[in-house]
Amino acid sequence: MRVVIVGNGITGVTAALTIRKLQPDWTVTMVSAESDHFFSRTALMYVYMGHMSLADTQPYPPDFWATRRLDLRRACVTAIDTSSQQVQLDNGEPLAYDRLLLATGSQPNRFGWPGQDLAGVQGMYNLQDLERLEVASGRIRRAVIVGGGLIGVELAEMLHSRGVPVTILAREGSYWNNILPVEESTLVSEVIRENGIDLRLGVELKEIVDDGGGRVCAVTTAGGERIECELVGLTAGVSPNLSALAGSDIPVGRGVLVDFGFRTQVAGVFAAGDCAEIVTPEGERNRIEQLWYTGRMHGEVVGQNIAGRDVSYDRGIWFNSAKLFDLEWHTYGQVPSTLEEPDPDCRRTLYWQHADRRHALRLVMDECRVVGFNAFGIRLRQRVCEAWIAEQRSPEYVLDHLSEAIFDPEFARRHEGDIARSLKERMS
Amino acid sequence: MSFVSDAAFAGGAPTPVSRNNHHVPFVGRWLSRLAFAAGLSLFGLAALGHTVGTGWLAFGLTYGLTAAGALGWVAGTYRGTPAGIKNHGTYHPGVQNRNWGAWLLGLVLLAFYVAYYWWPQYLNGVTRLADPLSQWLRHVPSDQWFLYGYLYTVAVLVMGVRMILRYRHNRYEMIRTGSLMFFQLVVAFLLPSLLRLLHQPDFYFSYFWPLQPKYLYPGEIRHLIEHQGGLGTFMVVWAVTAIFVATPILTYFFGKRWYCSWVCGCGGLAETAGDPFRHLANPSRRAWRVERWTIHSVLVIITLGTALLWLNDLTGDGVLGPAAHGFKFAYGFVVASILAGLVGVAAYPVWGSRIWCRFFCPMAAILGIIQRYWSSFRITTNGSQCISCGNCTTYCEMGIDVRSYAQQGSNIVRASCVGCGVCAAVCPRGVLKLENGAGSDDRFPGAADPLAEFKRSLQS
Repeated sequence: MRVVIVGNGITGVTAALTIRKLQPDWTVTMVSAESDHFFSRTALMYVYMGHMSLADTQPYPPDFWATRRLDLRRACVTAIDTSSQQVQLDNGEPLAYDRLLLATGSQPNRFGWPGQDLAGVQGMYNLQDLERLEVASGRIRRAVIVGGGLIGVELAEMLHSRGVPVTILAREGSYWNNILPVEESTLVSEVIRENGIDLRLGVELKEIVDDGGGRVCAVTTAGGERIECELVGLTAGVSPNLSALAGSDIPVGRGVLVDFGFRTQVAGVFAAGDCAEIVTPEGERNRIEQLWYTGRMHGEVVGQNIAGRDVSYDRGIWFNSAKLFDLEWHTYGQVPSTLEEPDPDCRRTLYWQHADRRHALRLVMDECRVVGFNAFGIRLRQRVCEAWIAEQRSPEYVLDHLSEAIFDPEFARRHEGDIARSLKERMS
Repeated sequence: MSFVSDAAFAGGAPTPVSRNNHHVPFVGRWLSRLAFAAGLSLFGLAALGHTVGTGWLAFGLTYGLTAAGALGWVAGTYRGTPAGIKNHGTYHPGVQNRNWGAWLLGLVLLAFYVAYYWWPQYLNGVTRLADPLSQWLRHVPSDQWFLYGYLYTVAVLVMGVRMILRYRHNRYEMIRTGSLMFFQLVVAFLLPSLLRLLHQPDFYFSYFWPLQPKYLYPGEIRHLIEHQGGLGTFMVVWAVTAIFVATPILTYFFGKRWYCSWVCGCGGLAETAGDPFRHLANPSRRAWRVERWTIHSVLVIITLGTALLWLNDLTGDGVLGPAAHGFKFAYGFVVASILAGLVGVAAYPVWGSRIWCRFFCPMAAILGIIQRYWSSFRITTNGSQCISCGNCTTYCEMGIDVRSYAQQGSNIVRASCVGCGVCAAVCPRGVLKLENGAGSDDRFPGAADPLAEFKRSLQS
């Protein structure tokens, strides 16, 4: 059996390792246009900031792949022919497959802004973006970042580490408020500003200005302001990268349409990770999941299904984490950015924040049972939080046992007592 | 009741405060660097024989100026910057990234160690400069041993301050570094000076056999008991208790870190002066394989050697004869001088800060065996939160591939882990935590049959 995997990111690699474990004799080939070896995409920022070398971001040493007989190809897929079961590469013979996995990831959103294709305008997604940024860095006097999400903060932190003044334009009234409730969003906005970033909230990009030579020299906002800059970072989200599918008969929506086993509608063809759009039952919005963690979980499930098992994807109790400059964030379960439906019997949420504005904890309840956690500056133990959500614990129970969930380093200042006291006061 | 959120906590839009500007005035920043360079230059001149004089003035102009300049430099670097992990530029070209400056620094350190061990007359100029301090502390002139202890302590203290400032958001790192600074200053420098002042035997209460093998050599023990009275006997009891009682118990509860990254002088230097070079440790599996062979070989040699010395002693020189002295000399030459000093410290800028501790230290070998098979200490992993970024592996000074465990969600139980806590500190997703007694359900599987596991580990 010949398996071809397009993409060597976390989804493709996890799938390949899963297949190898279950099917020691199958031929597994991974094709990537981006890099010779798998690296952690989330670590690219640390390479730019000089925390790590690119080799340090590779979770497996270069000889790992040969010892597991995983064939690596550095090539770009130009066409997929599902009838003859072949993928065409830009640098050689067509590659025949029996099972094909598309794990092509994402590309940064470009919303048709004038000037969005000028030199000096880029996203921060792949290795080539990093290389472009490195080349451009010498001549940047100011950078403008468009978009108010995690990648925006990370790109700001990257440039800031090299002393580049940064302006962030975010359409939202408060940073990342499509994900974070207003208190946390305010906290994050403060952290960004305290690090010297010029954060403009409620400001929309109108145009990216050409310097006359095809390179960016400024941006203008919807409000009519002009900001001189030599680099524009587009970080207004990502969308599935479908470039390899051009001309193929694999059905796509916003992403490659798949079922909960990551099978496309074409036999033998699978898609998973950022590029997949999971078709959900009637009435629910199809799911496109673009996190490291979901990418890994997709890879495990699709790997098993490619290897002949029948596994359905269940992402379990939701979790995520991030670090925004020096502020760490852990979240478990459901924490909606707005809690619209009031509950007549008990509070929908309880929020505690330390006076230093660097530590915060939110509990979210549904029918007086804890369903979600949001923690800033406090590390929470995943195992414990998940158990409490699964066991439908009451907020009182959670507050009484909070120290079991704390994952902060030894000797860290503990806030459980303060949290329990102040939140219980508010509950009574 | 409706959606509750206390507006008082949320607050309005804050006033932007830039914490990033360099608050240290330009002059202040350069003054400390200038003082450091001037002190170091005078120190260098003294080393080449052009002494700047004697007495406290000369001491202040050389050692004082260098240390004060370095302290000012370190403080200025972190003042006005937000607390947090700031490894910016570590991998950009520079001394931390094995450039020519790193090799030069390594060569200077190498030259110093060669002179210190074998040609101390070349250090005479700088040794004399330390006379006032030695006279004040011990009422005797300085010698190369005092000079070395003094320089070592200053390095630990100055760079310890740097470490504390660098990790001022992390109390584990601050307290641990404070402990290392205390043990170096008080137990390894002031106390031996006091013993000398009182004409008592030379003894370091923070070093144990087999790191300091002579503390269990028969000749030393006889000498302490027979000629040094009650204090001598106490020292012998201390030495025996430390390795045979305290070490197993403390390591069982806290892992080897209680010694390696809280007490030990070698660890003290590595965790402070060596911190800028911690990322140079080789994380490959090959290095791990080499490490297991070398460190256990040194342990076997010193254990057999010590046993033979005792046998020899009890049979009246019947086993080794004159070779007894030869063994002590050879072990001291190869292990203490070359491996601990020349390779262990001079190679900091090239191979990282824990070469001695990782590849050779027999004390670390004993602590490691206890830690791996019996201790309840481990680094735990927070569920599935790992993003495989590699910061933990990169900044592990022992070259442990921490990520390979964390990304699988498994806890880390490794003989070499000194529990410095830096992997947990640099993790951007809060995945790692050092824990005592995290439960025995994940106890290392080899613990059931340690001997078989040990053999297997040497073969793999």
